[in-house]
Amino acid sequence: MVTRMINGEQTNTEAAATARNGVGTARTTRRTEDKRDMTVRVSATEVNFHYSDGFHALKNINMPLYDRHVTALIGPSGCGKSTFLRCLNRMNEEVDPGCKLGGKISLDGLNIYDGTVDKPELRKRVGMIFQAPNPFGMSIQDNIAFGPRLHGKYGKSELDALVKRCLEQAALWDEVKDKLKASAFSLSGGQKQRLCIARTLATNPEVILMDEPTSALDPASTQKIEEMMETLKREYTIVIVTHNMYQAERISDFTGFFYKGDLVEFGATAQIFTAPQNKQTNDYIKGKFG
Amino acid sequence: MAVTPSPAAPAKRATLSSRRSPFAALAEKTITGWIYFCGGLSILFVGLILAFVLKEALPFLREYPFGKFFTGIHWIANGSPAQFGMVPLLLSSVMVTLGAVVIAIPLGIMTAIYMSEIAPPQVRDVLKPAVELLAAIPSVVLGFFGVSVLAPFLSGAFKLDIGTTMLAGSVTLAFMAIPTIATISEDALSAVGKDLRQGSLALGATRWETIRRVVIPAAFSGIIASVMLGIGRAIGETMVVLMVTGNGIGMSLDNMMTQPLQAFRSFFPAYGEICNTLTATIASDMGDTVVGSAHYHALFMLGIVLFAITFMINLVASAALRKGQLQQ
Repeated sequence: MVTRMINGEQTNTEAAATARNGVGTARTTRRTEDKRDMTVRVSATEVNFHYSDGFHALKNINMPLYDRHVTALIGPSGCGKSTFLRCLNRMNEEVDPGCKLGGKISLDGLNIYDGTVDKPELRKRVGMIFQAPNPFGMSIQDNIAFGPRLHGKYGKSELDALVKRCLEQAALWDEVKDKLKASAFSLSGGQKQRLCIARTLATNPEVILMDEPTSALDPASTQKIEEMMETLKREYTIVIVTHNMYQAERISDFTGFFYKGDLVEFGATAQIFTAPQNKQTNDYIKGKFG
Repeated sequence: MAVTPSPAAPAKRATLSSRRSPFAALAEKTITGWIYFCGGLSILFVGLILAFVLKEALPFLREYPFGKFFTGIHWIANGSPAQFGMVPLLLSSVMVTLGAVVIAIPLGIMTAIYMSEIAPPQVRDVLKPAVELLAAIPSVVLGFFGVSVLAPFLSGAFKLDIGTTMLAGSVTLAFMAIPTIATISEDALSAVGKDLRQGSLALGATRWETIRRVVIPAAFSGIIASVMLGIGRAIGETMVVLMVTGNGIGMSLDNMMTQPLQAFRSFFPAYGEICNTLTATIASDMGDTVVGSAHYHALFMLGIVLFAITFMINLVASAALRKGQLQQ
């Protein structure tokens, strides 16, 4: 594991460098090659997390997140999976300013809790989709352009192309191409969530965190988003928190089972769901509790 | 899909009539009726006051030419003939309010942003009641402060000949409008959902970018409403302007009316001179006038003008507030 991680960090620095050189080119080469090797993009080492009220929400978590794979985090409510997710883009600090994190989380080998880390820059690279769709009260187009406008200067045609590309990636383009200037509030719940995904894609992230992205949606919208994730994982490293074990089984490559702040078991999804090593994992996926 | 009642079903109530005693039903009716009556009474009072003001104002239309009232640039109630032109009073009111608003909007909105977005919870818990307390200061106290502290200070700072000026009025009124603007804007900003803020931060926006591009736009209608209510408060305020603004028409203000094409030249100098607002005129003249005279009726006419202005401002404010609520 350790050697693999070191290798992973090296290849990833190169990958990140190509990615930064140009949006379009890097993406297309990645897409055609689709050599999803087992490099570690993000790794959590001995992570301990306390909320400001002293609650010990995560206990000694060690977990690798593999490049361009989907990792699902499952477990009963309050087990720490969402907390862990928010550690990865330092969102906990916005939710609860007094929280404390021990251990180390690194992205491409760089400690994201280092004092020199610029949180906006980190979050640009590690995007997040929330449980409830949260589009801004502006047009569909402006929602997508929000991130790009923050992070750089774009001409009108460039922005239009970017909006189109992101909406296509999020499987929303055909539904909204004639009303890009309409308010985002005019969309349905499922469309809003896909808009939020498109909005995140527009900042050109490398890792996408999804916090129960379909739990507020109907089955048809859920299916659309799951299908989209199949495509997205060729380019992005995805971490998804889900309460739906079938969803975890369908879409993820790796699964981590959290229980009461511990990472009870982590492994390939096929293995976790067919031959879990731990009795608690077995009980949870068989529906005995949770 | 036929539903057959299961034999084990609990015994059903045989009747749908009230379980309550006849006395309780009567009490219910009495209380509802009383609440209805009180609500109706307050509407009735507003209607009666409006009717009274109209009744006292309308004879003025027979006693004085309507056009001259709206366009006349002299208010000389004791002159012969008496002149009741409301332009100088309206201009004074508008300019005093404008000055107050120019000061109060940036300060009020920035206070709101600080309280809602930047201040740590402990500071905010102290600051918000403190700002609200500022709104509770009686206007006569503020007026006294204006006359004894602000007016001398401003006349020294701007090298003015007199202390009681339009500027002193604007600054004092700004103190009155700031709490309104700050607290209502703060409510609007705080009502913007956490999900929107987190969504923005998660896209790599900084805290200030989030405030500027997400929070303020989302709270915009509430902020507009707070400004309108602040304006309403300033334009309707009487005691402060009566005490602080000198109650007369200064030279520059007069120039603005006699030479409207060059009004901008006298605009800023007018702030260093005295003025006489609608509210202050009504308050100061009312004691000297004979009930039933043209002057008396003219003052009620001014009251109607003032009412129309504040009514429209409140209408805009409540429309903005409603729009904001619909968005959330």
